Amino acid sequence: MDRVPVLKLGDVLLVSIQVDLADKTTVQLEEDLSERIVATGARGVIIDISALDIVDSFVGRMLATIAAISRVLDAETVVVGMRPAVAITLVELGLSLHGIQTALNVERALEVLSRARDDDWIPPLDTEDDTAPAAP
Amino acid sequence: MTGDPGEEAQTQAVVSDQDVVRVRQLVRTAAVTAKLSLVDQTKVVTAASELARNTLVYGGGGSVQVRVVRQRRSGVRVELADDGPGIGDLELALTDGYTTGGGLGLGLSGARRLVDEFEIDTAPGRGTRISIVKWAR
Repeated sequence: MDRVPVLKLGDVLLVSIQVDLADKTTVQLEEDLSERIVATGARGVIIDISALDIVDSFVGRMLATIAAISRVLDAETVVVGMRPAVAITLVELGLSLHGIQTALNVERALEVLSRARDDDWIPPLDTEDDTAPAAP
Repeated sequence: MTGDPGEEAQTQAVVSDQDVVRVRQLVRTAAVTAKLSLVDQTKVVTAASELARNTLVYGGGGSVQVRVVRQRRSGVRVELADDGPGIGDLELALTDGYTTGGGLGLGLSGARRLVDEFEIDTAPGRGTRISIVKWAR
C-alpha cells in the first residue's frame, strides 16, 4: 500500500499527495496526520492536492475530517492547489467542503497560517484602559 | 441506433480499493480517446469512482466495463455490475445524503448529476447494474 509522506516545516505539517489515492491510503493518511499533529504540536497543516486529477466524495470527506480533527487539536488546515476542473466537479457532486480553508499554493497557505496565528495573539492589557477585562 | 462498435470494451474486476483506482484510470483513458473536455473527463472519472466504490462496498465486489462509444458524438460508457443485495428503495438511495454505509450519501445521487445518461437496474436479491454515459460536447 502507498503511504503519503508527511513533512514538518517549523510548526507546519506539509502533505503533498502525489499518487492516485486508494481508499486505504486515504484512511491511513487521516490517521498519520492526526498522530503527527499531536506528536509535533503543529499549528498548521497544508495539504497540496495539485497532483490529484479527481477528488471524489471519499477523498473530500478525508479533507473535511482532517480539517475537523486538526481544529480540535488546535491546528489549522489549508488545502492548496485544487484544479479548476476538480472544483467544478466537486460542487456538482454535492460536496461543498464546508469549513475547509483553501489557498492557491503552498506559499499563500503559509501566509494564511501565519496570519491566523497573529490573530490568535492576544495583546498585553493596556493598563490605562479601565474597561479592559482583567487577565484570567 | 447502435453506431460504430468503436473500441472494444475494457473489463476490470472490482474486488479491492486498488481496483477502484484502476477503474478511474481506464475511464480517464477512454475519456481522452473520446475527446471529452478536461472538465467532462473529470466528471465522468469522478462518477465512475463513486459507483465503483459502491460496487465494492455495497455490492460486495463486481465488474466494470468501460468503452468508447461513437454515435453522432463520441462518448464514454461505463457499466457496473454486482451480484450483491441490490437496492430496495431506489428513490431513497438516489436522495442526497442518504447512506447505509456511513459515507456522505453522495455516491449515487452525485454520480447521476455528473453524467449525461444514467440507468440503473436493481432489486433486492438481484444485484445492481448501472450504466452511465458522458458525451463529448
